This record gives sequence, C-alpha cells and structure tokens, in this order.
Amino acid sequence: MTTIAKRPKDVHLGDRVFALSLKSIAAFVGIMLIAIGFFLAKASIPALNNSGFAFFVTSVWDPVQNVYGALPVIFGTIVSSLTALMIAGPMSVGVALFLTELAPAWIASVFGFLVQMLAAIPSVVYGLWGIFVLAPWMRETVQPTLSSSLGFLPLFQGPPYGVGMLTASLILAIMITPTIASICQEVFKAVPTAQRESALALGSTRWEMMKLAVLKTSKPGIFGAIILGLGRAFGETMAVTMVIGNRSEISFSLFAPGQTMASVIANEYAEATHDLHLSALAAVGLALFIVTIIINGTARVLISRITFKRQQA
Amino acid sequence: MKLLITLITALSLGSTSIAATLINGAGATFPYPIYSKWFSEYQKVSSEVQINYQSIGSGGGIKQFSDRTVDFGASDAPMTDEQIEKVKGDVLHVPTVLGAVVLTYNLPTLKKELRLTPGVIADIFLGKITKWNDERIKKANPGLELPTSDIMVVRRSDGSGTTNIFTEYLSKISPDWASKVGKGTAVNFPVGLGGKGNEGVTGLVKQTPGAIGYVELIYALNNKLAFADVENKSGQFIKPSTKSVTAAAAEYFKTTKKSEIPEDLRISLTNSAGKGAYPISAFTFILVNKTLPKGKGESIQKFLEWAVSSGQKFAEDLGYAKLPNELTPRVSKMIKGIQVK
Repeated sequence: MTTIAKRPKDVHLGDRVFALSLKSIAAFVGIMLIAIGFFLAKASIPALNNSGFAFFVTSVWDPVQNVYGALPVIFGTIVSSLTALMIAGPMSVGVALFLTELAPAWIASVFGFLVQMLAAIPSVVYGLWGIFVLAPWMRETVQPTLSSSLGFLPLFQGPPYGVGMLTASLILAIMITPTIASICQEVFKAVPTAQRESALALGSTRWEMMKLAVLKTSKPGIFGAIILGLGRAFGETMAVTMVIGNRSEISFSLFAPGQTMASVIANEYAEATHDLHLSALAAVGLALFIVTIIINGTARVLISRITFKRQQA
Repeated sequence: MKLLITLITALSLGSTSIAATLINGAGATFPYPIYSKWFSEYQKVSSEVQINYQSIGSGGGIKQFSDRTVDFGASDAPMTDEQIEKVKGDVLHVPTVLGAVVLTYNLPTLKKELRLTPGVIADIFLGKITKWNDERIKKANPGLELPTSDIMVVRRSDGSGTTNIFTEYLSKISPDWASKVGKGTAVNFPVGLGGKGNEGVTGLVKQTPGAIGYVELIYALNNKLAFADVENKSGQFIKPSTKSVTAAAAEYFKTTKKSEIPEDLRISLTNSAGKGAYPISAFTFILVNKTLPKGKGESIQKFLEWAVSSGQKFAEDLGYAKLPNELTPRVSKMIKGIQVK
C-alpha cells in the first residue's frame, strides 16, 4: 500500500464553497434516513402502546374493531420473499455464471443488457402482466398440475385462485433476478484470471474450474447478492399487491391469498381515518424499515469484504 | 442569496395579486370526475374563482378538513359522531351527487341477469353460501340454469368509500354481518380475495369463472360489466342505473317522516324502500365549516349553490345519479345558512 501525501488545505474560496456544498448534500441524505426512522417511530407509538408486543404476534387485523395484529403481514412478507429467493437465487447465479464464464463477449453484452432491462420495468407493469397473463396461466395450468402431482404436500393444497402467494413469489423472483445476477457477475469478474488458469492447468474440466476457482471463492459475494435481492423483495409493493390476493391470514398453502407489510400500507393508508389505524400502519412501516436496513447493511458488508480483499491481493 | 430572496418575494407577491380567489379542497376519489368538470365549468360562470382539488380518498379528505389544511373536504361517507366532535361540530355535509355499488359476476353460461336477495348477498360475503347452485340463489332466479361451480368472492383490498357503502348495506340487512364484520372503509372480510381499486376487483372477476365482486356503478357502466339486479326492501328486483339510484333518494324523502330526516343531511340511503329504488345507494358529500372567512367564504358558498342546482345537469353524462328534486331546497337552505365573517 502506498500512502498519499496529505494535500495542503484548499485556499481557493470556490473550492471551499464547493466542498462545503457537497458535504451538506451528503449530510442531508443521512439526515433524511434518520428523520424517516424518527417519524415512523413517533407515529407508531400509539399502536405499540395500545397492543404492546402482541402487535407483532397476533393475527387479527380488523380496522372496524380497531384491533391490529401484524403477524399475517409479517408472515406474508417473509414467505413471499423467501420463496422468490429460492427461485431467483439459483437462476441468477446461473445467469451470471453463463455471462462471465461461458458466453462469447457479444452474447454476454447483449444478454446482460436484456437482464438489466428487467430491472427497468416499472413494478406496476409487472403487476398488470401478473393479473392478465401470469395469474390465468397459474390458475389453469401450473396450480392444477402442482396439486395433482404434489398435492399431498400442505404447500400445494386448496382451490387454485390464480392469484396468491405463489404467483406473488414468481413475480418477485423475476423482479429481483437482475439485482442478484448483476452483483454476482461483478463478484465473479473479481476472481483473478490466474486462479481460473491454475485450475485448468491442474486438469480440471470447465465445470470443475467454475466450482473450485470461481464459485467457492465467491461464496460470501453470492450470499451478499442474494441478501440484497431479499431486501428488494421485502419492500416491493405495487406488483405484489396486485397479485397476492390481499388477505390477512396465515396459510401454509402457497395457493392461498396472503398480504405483505408493504401491501397493507399501500392498501389502507389513504382511507384510514382512525388514529390508531394510521398508527398501526406506521408501526408496520417501522418494522419493514428496520428489517430492510439490517438486511441491506449485512449484504453491503459481505460484498465489500470480498471485493476489498481482491483489491488488496 | 439576497437577490434570491427578493426574487422569491417578488414572485409570490406578484402571483397573489394577479390570481383569482384560490380555493383548495381534498378528498374522495369517487366524485373526482364530476368535481373537476364542475370546477372547469364554474370558471366559465365565475372566472375569478379557481378551485384546486386533490383526490386523495375520503379518509384523507376528512383528515385534512379536520386539520383545516383545506377550505373544503369531500367524503363518500358522512363524518362519524366521533369525528364531528373532534372538529367541535363545525361541519356541514353538503350532498353533491349519488353513487351506488353493484355486484358484478362472471358466469359465462348464464342466459339472463342474475337476481340477488339481500340475505343471499350477505351469506355469500359471509362465506355461508359457497356454490352457485345453492337453493336460495335458485329460488331468487326461477327458470335460470345456474352452474355447479364454487363461488369466489372478490372484494376491495384498499380502504374505499365503495366498501363503506357496501358494508353499511350489509350491516343493515344482516344482523350476522353487523355483529361479525361491521361497516367501514376497510373491514376484516371473512372470505375472498382482495383486488386493489375498482380495476383490481374487475380484473379478478373477469378472469375467474364463478367470481362475484362489488364495484362502483359508474365503473361497471363504463366498462360494460355484467351486474345483478338486487331485491329492495319492498320486494322488487331493481336493476342498478343512475335513474334507480336517484329514485332511491327520491323515495327516501317520500317515505320518511319529515321529523325523521336528519337536519344535518347525514342521510343513509342504503336499503331504501319504495318503488324503483336501488338499495345499495349513497350520497357523496362536500364538507365545509359553518363559518367561513370573508372573501373565500362567499366564493365557496356561490360555487356550492351552483353545483347543487345548475351543476347537476352534468351528472348523468358522466354516469352520476343527480340529487332528487325533493332534496334541492333543503341543500340550498343549508348552503345559504353558511356564515361569512
């Protein structure tokens, strides 16, 4: 490592003004984050005071009786996101592996661009596609097939509505694939070529080379990418709301309708008039905010650790 | 910096001196199309008044009105006693037009319109009737061949004035509904899938054979959905239309004793009896304070008077049911009673 000699202090007024304005912009972003957290915490006090910890572990959500239990929406968020990850994780790693290791350069650039474009589609468009294309297909083809072949599992029982947890998970999987794939690609690219060459020189096949030289060393990075995808799935609102069926109920069947934290806020906030109702929605928001920050923070640490190590090497 | 401040001050001073009286309102999304038509038409009548309206939902309308951040609010449901107490009773409910909720369904094999009785509707939404060929549905539809399929209930997932009207109706006709579920803009439905907005419900109903859901009348008319005739309190099956909704209001005034009509016009029209009255109908309201500041006050007063009289002629074209003639003198009296200080 080389140390850069400390530069003398800027003497030009323009430079100092410029630096100051950049500093304040940066500070503003940080302050925004804290302010949002503060607002959510403050707004959720009445609901949390009213029901205490039971807010997070009871499952009746009834705005008429002013009874709020967030367990079904927490459950819905976790189940839909994890199911999405199970589909998107392997798919994204595969895509990234293909693009960095196997594909000729021109295919990699075209294909990589297409995958990135998936991330650019507005989520309401995903939702519309979900209602008009994916849900009917799920109802008429996928769900009957699943229930006739794997129907003995509690996961695939109940009437095929088309919309529901499974459909929402599929949409989420498509939406988070670009996020995970592009980070995996960066992580794989960071693997030194020498490492690949040595694996090949020792007589490994192409697959063995990928397994030993690329995948093994990239593990923390892949994990970080998946966690970032999870963070995105947690917060996704519009597309999920449109296809999840919006019912605050805990069911172990993936065919059943569910509800997520983000979708209950989007659904009910505009027409909520009772203070306790508003506060309950804010408390759901606070929980989502905290969880998302933790998830994203963990992912960043994991990813930066691996790329930092490489840069040092 | 100094220059900037001077500039901003100059601009803001300039704009206030040029601009006409600016009135701000916020609230229900349901009447937004007719309100915006009114605002633009009213400018032709009275060019110095400019009205801004944000359609943020009835709940938001009541909230902003109560916080006094707008000059008027708008809501599909009248304010509750508790909410009125919060503003110390300082609110007038001005009915502007009427809306209705219809039951739309997806039964492609049906030869004729479906007929539903109140009891059947309540039990479908309570999850007690689960098959389309249920005896009670058959009884209401003699001669109609009904499929054997399951009924799939679709309802609004977002808080909505439409849900409020529908659940108020169900609470009136079914004690079971009233005690188990109750009425509100968002309720804990015992069964069914939730779709976001009228379009979300319609999307689910259209794609699922055997589905039934409720949507706003105007939305159903504009999108040419199939909807059911509903039996009213006097035993007639009524097809929902702007006419039968206005009739529900007119019948209300004919059949209700003068002393029983609420002075503040917080009238609940659901389950209205009488000839040709569609039972799932309701008023939508503009909320104003009883005392308004000078300047703005007169403008709001004049606009409201215009809206409930000359403005009514725009209603039917946009699919809204207009106020019945029986109501107009009462509303005018209420508007004239607004004090301007």
